[in-house]
Amino acid sequence: MSRKNVQLKIKELKTDAATIKDLQLSFGRLVAETWTEPMGPTPYPSITALREWDRKLLQRYKPFYMPYCDVCCLCTFGKCDLTAGKRGACGINMAAQQSRIVLLACLIGASTHTAHARHMVEHLIEKHGHDFPIHIGGINIEVEAPITRLVCGVKPKTLGDLEEALDYCENQITNLLSSTHTGQEGDNIDFESKVFHAGMIDHIGLEVADIAQVAALGFPKADPEAPLVDLGYGTVDTQKPVVLCIGHNVVPATGIVDYLKANGLYGEVEVCGLCCTAHDVTRYNPKAKIIGPISWQLRFIRSGLPDVVVLDEQCVRTDCLLEAQRIKAPVIVTSEKNCMGLPNRTNDPVDAIVTDLTEGKVSGVLILDPEKVGEVVVRTAVKVAPSRQKFKTIPNFEDIVAGSKTCKKCNDCRRACPQDLQIMEAVAEASTGNLEMLANLYDVCIGCGRCENACQVDLPLHGYIVKAGEKKLKEEKFKIRSGRGAIQDVEIRNVGSPIVLGEIPGVVAVVGCSNYPHGGKEVIDICREFANRRYIVVTSGCAAMTAAMYKDEEGKTLYETYPGSFEAGGIVNVGSCVANAHIAGAAIKIANIFAKRNLRANYEEIADYIYNRVGAVGLAWGAYSQKAAAIGAGFWRLGVPVIVGPHGAKYRRMLLGRNDHEEDWYVYDARTGDRVFVGPAPEHLFYAAESKEEAMVMIAKLCMRPNDTTKGRAIKLTHWIDLHKRLYGTLPDDIHYYVRNELDIPITMKDEIHKILEEKKWKENRIPDPTLLPRMIRKRKEEA
Amino acid sequence: MATAEPWQKAEIPGPTKALVITKPEVVVAMVKKAKRPILIVGHEAPETDIKEKKLLDYAIRISETGKIPLVATAHIVGEFIKKGFRPAAFMPAVDIANRLTDSEWKGLDGNGQYDLAMFMGITYYMEWVLFSGLKHFGQNLKTISLDRYYHPHASWSFPNLSMEDWAQNLEVIIGKLGGT
Repeated sequence: MSRKNVQLKIKELKTDAATIKDLQLSFGRLVAETWTEPMGPTPYPSITALREWDRKLLQRYKPFYMPYCDVCCLCTFGKCDLTAGKRGACGINMAAQQSRIVLLACLIGASTHTAHARHMVEHLIEKHGHDFPIHIGGINIEVEAPITRLVCGVKPKTLGDLEEALDYCENQITNLLSSTHTGQEGDNIDFESKVFHAGMIDHIGLEVADIAQVAALGFPKADPEAPLVDLGYGTVDTQKPVVLCIGHNVVPATGIVDYLKANGLYGEVEVCGLCCTAHDVTRYNPKAKIIGPISWQLRFIRSGLPDVVVLDEQCVRTDCLLEAQRIKAPVIVTSEKNCMGLPNRTNDPVDAIVTDLTEGKVSGVLILDPEKVGEVVVRTAVKVAPSRQKFKTIPNFEDIVAGSKTCKKCNDCRRACPQDLQIMEAVAEASTGNLEMLANLYDVCIGCGRCENACQVDLPLHGYIVKAGEKKLKEEKFKIRSGRGAIQDVEIRNVGSPIVLGEIPGVVAVVGCSNYPHGGKEVIDICREFANRRYIVVTSGCAAMTAAMYKDEEGKTLYETYPGSFEAGGIVNVGSCVANAHIAGAAIKIANIFAKRNLRANYEEIADYIYNRVGAVGLAWGAYSQKAAAIGAGFWRLGVPVIVGPHGAKYRRMLLGRNDHEEDWYVYDARTGDRVFVGPAPEHLFYAAESKEEAMVMIAKLCMRPNDTTKGRAIKLTHWIDLHKRLYGTLPDDIHYYVRNELDIPITMKDEIHKILEEKKWKENRIPDPTLLPRMIRKRKEEA
Repeated sequence: MATAEPWQKAEIPGPTKALVITKPEVVVAMVKKAKRPILIVGHEAPETDIKEKKLLDYAIRISETGKIPLVATAHIVGEFIKKGFRPAAFMPAVDIANRLTDSEWKGLDGNGQYDLAMFMGITYYMEWVLFSGLKHFGQNLKTISLDRYYHPHASWSFPNLSMEDWAQNLEVIIGKLGGT
């Protein structure tokens, strides 16, 4: 790997010709090359280097734009009305404007992950040095950074090596962002190509952040048996001081754990987390507890359990400080990206900070030194806990009944609710003393609090819902397998063949946020269904937490029931948002380890391989964030389809195939150069489903790939058709696109499928060695 | 001209807002004027009660009375079949909406693109963006929301209605679609 900005100083150099004194040489980059794999065609690809690949995908999956509103308001020319073909003052049309918005969203996501990675790497280098090795799975992981190898063409071995990958990411993000300026890019398809590029860059940021923390913080290293840890409000020991960490960057939380251990307080203070910091603090310390996904922020703070609230970065409610003030819990903010207006006390003595916090002189402080965070947080929590007595702001029963009687029945609460929940009706019932309707809202409430802001008489409506659902909240005691990190190379070797041949029917990545249309139970149902069908189910982020929040008749969660290994029927929690890199990494490693394709800077070929052969689908059922958009974009460029829930339609752009456009679904047969019809497999690249049932059927359908063997295709068809019959109540009407020859037809469905094939005048097709890339054709037809 | 507010108050559309259907006869006139109408029905239809009936029942009656091809979205085709009604097609909501923006699409029957698309039973916030996509990219396409709440991205929409008014409007539409 290389080193940046190397300085060589020679005090005195004597040669036959001369004596040189005080020689200084400066190298911009010094490359120490040890990786023998030949360099592929696109090391550190520029914005346009993979444009042709993107356009191949975008030719099949044309964008369908669904603008939020009719105008552009990004410059002072505006607002410009772009309705139905109008152009703005800069000349932009609606398609380009929408793709620009998608790009901006993905850049917000990519920059967030990259900045997170940069902070993590710099912190770990400061602590452990540039040369600290990146070991993320011992002998089980030789390909430690598949995305970085694939994109950058470098093989990072140490923490210091990761800096160069981040330099590249930051450079690309800057260039991509500049393209969104008024009067720059104006073509929607070129914007879409840049969206894909942003997604690919995002994946490098994810990978760097996670492999750095796995290596240096002692997280589980590709461990299928990663510990089962506690999840849920009910797991918190309310007799102890409670520290709540919210966000995604675990560094400050590690400072807290370290301080507890160093001072013999380990076990005396509860450390719990919300959102991805929760995942990662349990990877650091299995005794830490996960409260739940992002939606639990308001309800947990208002419960009064946290004695100190620690905020890092990403997906942190911006009113956490206000909420914490109401329960009299001091707040420590720890990230330059999220200062909350608090005074910077990083350089102040700990004693002074603790005194100010515990005596209520300040409601919170900014501390940018994680070790100091640890000491301040623990000492403050221990000191304030007895006086706080878990002071809460959730109303009691009498308050709710009395408050409900003041409701003006304007229905503004419902009209502000993203879920359109019947809050007004529930409040009306509460005014009679019956909280049952409010309690029923608890399961489907996403915890945004918009109802309260809309209320004309300032009723704390979210508090009403939480109080009514308090029994459920307190019973939330679950087990989740701590994020395991990467997939082992040996696991890839074991499943590579059955995945590529189709005998494992697919890999379903259930990922993303918790903006679910009807609560988290749907996620659990989907995970269970596909694990039972022997798909490989991979989880991460908030969705991974949600998947744990239900027990079966035996009192077990999914993670206690299904293995954590990357195998058919496994439910594999890779970890936090940044651990999504390991899902993309697994697909890449299938091409590299199983199929022996060169990885190094060979993006297009590997993506072509994944797209045509690896039956993987992402499901982000509750995706809400820009980061989720960026993660999705990284998968699109790799040729992995992504399904979102109905709220995901608000990302404003789908990438949809058309099964009635036969000409779109031809590939080259790499053996002969022939163009062969392979059907719409996969049919869509980005798609919002209305209902859980629709999503489940589409997951099974999108797992089909042109390379499936007849046995594999028959298995995939069996699952798709079976789910379709059960959930749609009828057979699919497009089976004929996916049956290539007689042997594809599931044996138990022959009669009914034959009938459809006859109706559709189906013709047999051959199974090619599929590729979209002419250069991959081994022997052209005319040369034969 | 009557005005209306979006049901979800923050959903501000922009300069071009749906004309408000003040009388159900407007819908009837639009359907009769259309050469190629289509009805798209989402997953809320089987679970939405309108008095003693389901929204799904109204959808079937509109389709049958007006001889309008019906597309069932999401997973609800089976619910129609249980009622003895076979939709002209079933496909995802984003898929049919996307096709409606394609001037080259031959339609479900091969006879060409549609000129009037009516929607009902899709979750408000999702239908909102679908209507928007059609407003901006559906060439020569008019859209009508038959749902209970105002959809400003449609060409025409009911205002926010009480359950009784909604039922009454749908009944009038069905009754008059059958007439000459």
